[in-house]
Amino acid sequence: MIDRYVETLSTYAKDIDNLILLIGVLVGFWFILCEVIFFYFIIHFRAKDGKRAEYISGEEKSHKRWISAPHLLVLVCDVFIVVGAVKVWYEVKQQLPEPYETVRIVGQQWAWSFVHPGADHELGTADDIKTVDELHVEVGKVYHFKLEARDVIHSFSVPVFRLKQDAIPGRVITGWFEPTGTGTYDIQCAEICGIGHGVMVARIVIESPERHAAWVAEQSPITLAAANRP
Amino acid sequence: MAESIPADATHGHDVHHHAEQSFWSKYVFSTDHKMIAMQYMFTGMAMALIGGFMAYAFRMQLAFPGIEVPGYGTVTATDYNALVTNHGTIMIFWVAMPVLIAAFGNFLIPLMIGCDDMVFPKINRLSYQIFLLSAIVLISSFFVPGGGFGGGWTAYPPLSAKGEYNLTSLGSSLWLVAVALEFVAFLLGGINFVTTAMNARAPGMKMFDIPIVVWLIVVASILFMASVGPLIAGAVMLFMDQNIGTAFFDPDKGGDPVLWQHLFWFFGHPEVYVVLLPAMGITAEIMCVFARKKMFAYKTFIYTTFGTGVLSFTVWAHHQFVAGIDPRMANIFTVTTLLISIPIAEMCFIYIATLYGGSIRLTTPMLWALAFVAEFLIGGVTGIFLGASGADIYFHDTYFVLAHFHYTFFPIAIIGTFAGFTYWFPKMFGKMMNETLGKIHFWGTIIPFNGIFIPLFVLGGAGQHRRIYNYQHFPDLAGVEMQDLRVFATVSLIIMLAFQLVFFYNCFISWRKKEKDAGKNPWKANTLEWTAESPPPHGNWPELPTVYRGPYEYSVPGREEDYYPQNVPG
Ligand SMILES: [Cu+2]
Ligand SMILES: [Cu+2]
Repeated sequence: MIDRYVETLSTYAKDIDNLILLIGVLVGFWFILCEVIFFYFIIHFRAKDGKRAEYISGEEKSHKRWISAPHLLVLVCDVFIVVGAVKVWYEVKQQLPEPYETVRIVGQQWAWSFVHPGADHELGTADDIKTVDELHVEVGKVYHFKLEARDVIHSFSVPVFRLKQDAIPGRVITGWFEPTGTGTYDIQCAEICGIGHGVMVARIVIESPERHAAWVAEQSPITLAAANRP
Repeated sequence: MAESIPADATHGHDVHHHAEQSFWSKYVFSTDHKMIAMQYMFTGMAMALIGGFMAYAFRMQLAFPGIEVPGYGTVTATDYNALVTNHGTIMIFWVAMPVLIAAFGNFLIPLMIGCDDMVFPKINRLSYQIFLLSAIVLISSFFVPGGGFGGGWTAYPPLSAKGEYNLTSLGSSLWLVAVALEFVAFLLGGINFVTTAMNARAPGMKMFDIPIVVWLIVVASILFMASVGPLIAGAVMLFMDQNIGTAFFDPDKGGDPVLWQHLFWFFGHPEVYVVLLPAMGITAEIMCVFARKKMFAYKTFIYTTFGTGVLSFTVWAHHQFVAGIDPRMANIFTVTTLLISIPIAEMCFIYIATLYGGSIRLTTPMLWALAFVAEFLIGGVTGIFLGASGADIYFHDTYFVLAHFHYTFFPIAIIGTFAGFTYWFPKMFGKMMNETLGKIHFWGTIIPFNGIFIPLFVLGGAGQHRRIYNYQHFPDLAGVEMQDLRVFATVSLIIMLAFQLVFFYNCFISWRKKEKDAGKNPWKANTLEWTAESPPPHGNWPELPTVYRGPYEYSVPGREEDYYPQNVPG
């Protein structure tokens, strides 16, 4: 359902979409069933002259069956949904695969800043690349992110990945994603963070390995410093 | 309303005498539960107009960014945040709560259980006065330097805690004080509701002769009183963080901002049921009367509300799946949240089963009651997407959430209120409302309501996140198709607001009518309030009624009439 509106560009995006579809089918069934019976009763049992309503207490076993049997079915649907939800949750939030690289993401009023590890794939070294409102990643690689907030709560949200994680001041929260296609897409701040919340937009640039290598080489502080030398 | 009957010797207690009163003691400092109910009702409706106007202003900005909104002016980013924050705050705390719990609770409990007033009439009066004060404090917060609070109705710190972050330090403090005062008001009210319903019942009324709506208001009051404690504590802590430099929620000094979220949602989730249950009760009363049916499985319904109430204390962290809590916790809260679908589904099945075999009359109150069920179902089923942790990763903080809770709160606060108001209007004022105008107002509200929120489900599915004053800043959300949906929602809202004029006009002409055409029991209903005069005088009955049977004995076989009032012997 969701991929009609938003592209599906992470390894787990498809799983989240499928979970949403599963829930949609199960609750859709109950919803339509209830509404159809409800409106059928309203039309069918309209007041007619000389016809009295029935007297039904609903307390007898033979009556209660009509609500207890659907109940069991609701419970079965719940079990399916819980299993599906927990599986997806485990994949996205609990079991983090080994990373190719780790990026640092910092939310502050009202911008996202990013630290890329650079050519050596290590954070905290001289060739780290710092950017504001632009995150560059390579397609097909597993990334970890270390998410921080400097002032208030922000929420790092990338709809094409189906990823969302609040950034909490005082904490570093680790998460992951693996992009499956190239392009440039929105990074939102999904938690209200003050008057600039509405302009706190960044972009994620997912590149092919060659383009990404070229960008890293071009943006490396070491190359930039060399270029600036007279 | 000048025909108060003189004090009658049959009253057991002489704490208050029901004699002719002056204007002040009758309308302003009244301790009569019906007058206090009207005070709550009309204060709530006035606040609904303010909240609705706010929605108009920010929806205009969303549909036509940067426009000079007629009647408001330009909506800046600061205005926008304050408008959405206070729209939410007002609609939940100053509309749903006062109207559904306080107004209907006050009006209905003594009349439906057959006593002359609340057990603690002066506490009742104090409750309204504190509530009024809280509303004044909230409104004044818009006019202080910096303007009203704009950190979201959930007021997450550190944003809500520090003036340097929210830029509205005075507005934030006033907002918090107003909310805390409002809670105090409803704590006082809740004590009265529970005590009155349990202790002041008419002779003969057993526990399972109490009408559903009274039961549900009592359960809601208990839920409120049991859940609000942590939030009042949280509000005090947040106020101290704001004003005297404590650091309960400040991570720089060892506090924890997520702690607030636990305190807030521990209250916040049961709060949904606090307002839901009275609306469900109102709906049940109306459906039985206009289907001429006994409530299907009345006892099961009541036990189910107890179950829902208990379960509602175990689900709060579903609001915090992606908020940085331990990820393993999400699994537990997914299970508890989905379990709640069972009692709620049961209640819906019972509504549907109650219609079976009925003799349904589609009066205006019945239309509202049926619409409540039909629309609330949408709110119910869409909640499953959000309770399922894996799917909530995507939907959290999007317009899908927003549309979901409007499909719960709108049926509760607006549809439920109109259902109850049009149903009990004859009892409140002794006059019938105009049915044609009532139906015009009904369709003019229900159709645009869906027109507002169905597009918002789509926008949320398309990744539109909340509380953004101009989506043109987001390249992926700036497309024409998405903007068209925003315009559609805004136009629907304006149509819906315009149709509310029909309601106020209908109230006005019905109230102005010369003759009292309602009589005691215009709907041929069973419950005790319909045995009193319309409107009931101070003291309600010259002689308190005695109860002989349950409240839903409609279409009893072998009886000539298709209703059997609770007070008729035999
Ligand atoms: Cu933000
Ligand atoms: Cu909740």
